[in-house]
Amino acid sequence: MSGGVDSAVAAARAVEAGHDVVGVHLALSRMPGTLRTGSRGCCTIEDSMDAQRAANVLGIPYYVWDFSERFKQDVVDDFISEYSAGRTPNPCMRCNERIKFAALLERALALGFDAVATGHYANIVTDAQGNRELHRAAAWAKDQSYVLGVLTAEQLAHAMFPLGATPSKAEVRAEAEARGLSVANKPDSHDICFIPDGDTRGWLGEKVGVARGPIVDREGSKLGEHDGAHAYTVGQRKGLNIGYPAPDGKPRYVLEVRPKSNEVVVGPKEALDVSELAGSRFTWAGLAPADPKTPFACEVQIRAHADPVPATAVVRGGELVVTPDAPLGGVAPGQTAVVYVGTRVLGQCTIDRTVSAVPVDARG
Amino acid sequence: MPVYLDHAATSPMPADVLAAYTEALRLVGNPASIHTQGQNAKRMLEEARERIAASVGADAVEITLTSGGTEAVNLAVKGLFWARNDVPSSGRASAGRAAPAEGGRVSRPRPRILSTRAEHHATIDALEWLERYEGAVVEWIPVDPLGRIDLDALERALADDVALVTTLWANNEVGTIQPVREIVELASRHGVPVHADAIAAYGYLPLHFHASGLAAMSVSAHKLGGPVGVGALAIARSASVVPLLHGGSQQRARSGTQDAAGAVAFGVAATRAAESLPERVERLRTLQRRMIDGIRSAVPQAELRGDSSPDGRLPGNVHITVPGCEGDSLLFLLDLAGFSVSTGSACTAGVPEASHVLLAMGLDEGEARGALRMTLGSDTTEDEVDAFVAALPDAVSRAAAAGLSDREPVLGR
Repeated sequence: MSGGVDSAVAAARAVEAGHDVVGVHLALSRMPGTLRTGSRGCCTIEDSMDAQRAANVLGIPYYVWDFSERFKQDVVDDFISEYSAGRTPNPCMRCNERIKFAALLERALALGFDAVATGHYANIVTDAQGNRELHRAAAWAKDQSYVLGVLTAEQLAHAMFPLGATPSKAEVRAEAEARGLSVANKPDSHDICFIPDGDTRGWLGEKVGVARGPIVDREGSKLGEHDGAHAYTVGQRKGLNIGYPAPDGKPRYVLEVRPKSNEVVVGPKEALDVSELAGSRFTWAGLAPADPKTPFACEVQIRAHADPVPATAVVRGGELVVTPDAPLGGVAPGQTAVVYVGTRVLGQCTIDRTVSAVPVDARG
Repeated sequence: MPVYLDHAATSPMPADVLAAYTEALRLVGNPASIHTQGQNAKRMLEEARERIAASVGADAVEITLTSGGTEAVNLAVKGLFWARNDVPSSGRASAGRAAPAEGGRVSRPRPRILSTRAEHHATIDALEWLERYEGAVVEWIPVDPLGRIDLDALERALADDVALVTTLWANNEVGTIQPVREIVELASRHGVPVHADAIAAYGYLPLHFHASGLAAMSVSAHKLGGPVGVGALAIARSASVVPLLHGGSQQRARSGTQDAAGAVAFGVAATRAAESLPERVERLRTLQRRMIDGIRSAVPQAELRGDSSPDGRLPGNVHITVPGCEGDSLLFLLDLAGFSVSTGSACTAGVPEASHVLLAMGLDEGEARGALRMTLGSDTTEDEVDAFVAALPDAVSRAAAAGLSDREPVLGR
């Protein structure tokens, strides 16, 4: 229970469904005070108290479990090293994968629980053979199946998402109100919980240090200078400060971040389009496809709030390779590509490499 | 009903204390009022103060009632520091007073405070506040592996520029009794006042304020069956303490309308505890021994922390660490099994941390995480102790399976 409205209502529904429910709040920082200002993260003192109050109202026991060390290693440090490597990680996904449905779940199972229920908007569907599948939530606007796409069959076997069938967030808030939960109107959390003021660049700058370096075009010509490659993400347009326009007058975008040479590569928007993306770290959210080495039609989603696009996927050479039907923009290494078939999450890969739809030598 | 083994956190209120409390609450009258009703309240209050004073071997005039233990400790530590540095708000320099140093910071004639890292947070946080805002220089005297202060180090650190020494009478987590007499003896050679936080010791050890030679001593009502929200600081006649709270000067070192009913209940609880002390200590020592022996045979890997000899430890305190277990897991499993225990460490906003007391005693963080504290009280029975000992092995094996919270999970790659 994070102290937000979603997990409070999820707990309420689990209680009502007859489960023996215990509220657990994750302590993810050793110094909660430092996360207190600014954005509403997942481990402020206020959040812990809100979670406890919700548990009290529901009449369930409440405990705080400390996973700060694991969170630091598996989420925060991973976030820093991924950015330092020029990649764009999703820490919420890492948290689901390594903390909520790994460290927490394992501890819960060892202590005698059967499942971890969270306030995520997603559905678990069990097929005729008893295999569990992960599906999009009924409320597409709130659907969080993307950030759960990293879960494996083993993790899904012990996961519960009581909010999955809810048509809207408004309904969850109304239910919280009706149940007398004081968090009914608490603002949604957003941003990254361990970056208090939402200033990811500034925070990363403190962690990895700031080193000026060149901004170059795809041919390697220097166009300007940057204040640290970590501050740039693929697809970014603002903040390049090159000072003069491209020859064709069109805006430039970050195409690539090269941490080793501390270079930021920029170019035209079309150069962002990829015709293929692939990753060697892939998992299946439930049963693997019968023959993943034969290309199959799917949809691919590359960010939590991106639209899914039609694609073909295949496992080839130890990679999950996804070919969008039409060139796809805004794809950065380190992002997770979640593969869907209909509403079902089939699996995912962390993107290691992409193939540009417009190779350098093919340009006019 | 769950078995309550957390008397050090708070203790149940006996029926006669509750009766005295509720009866006193019915009466109207501010002890500071001149009329008869006010005088009645004042009489009740002062009778209670005498009872409280008698229970700690002090005179009534030496007892300042507070809102609890934390306020008493803050008043003692900050009040003694200010009094020993006698700083007028203007910061004007005069003999024996604080002089403004270069850069506008006040220079203190006696900036140093000696204490240990095994104190309760009320002390540690107050001292850190004094360092940050009041120019104090705190020196943390080491404690030995049992949690006892290093007297040689204390002796070396003592000098005329020390404002005060503050120590626990007995540690609230591991139950180790401090050599208060020796501490006072060393400090008195330099004329340094000593404050003892006797909150955990009160009701479990004979306390004699006058005989101790302490300048100040904190106690709290609810640890011995009185109400929460009432405490006291004994301040020796010879000692001077600058108040924290200013207003109507109702007491020597505190302003604020006095809680006559709270004092009455405190007084009844204090008298009751003092009168029954020898029998209760004997009874608690027997139960404590029974629990320690039981744990040793049921969970041989558990280690008793603090002093294993009865004279060095609070009666009723049993503190163990269990290797490979998270104290939180043990607490949780025992709670589900119907036993109320504690990990012993302060729990700021519910965020568990390894006990600073155990770390001060030299344990590493992994060892310290497996801490479990059971504190027995007047109402604890042999059957409860036996039931706890019987329930412990299952909790330990499950908690060990869950492992320490920094263990790398198998799931999720």
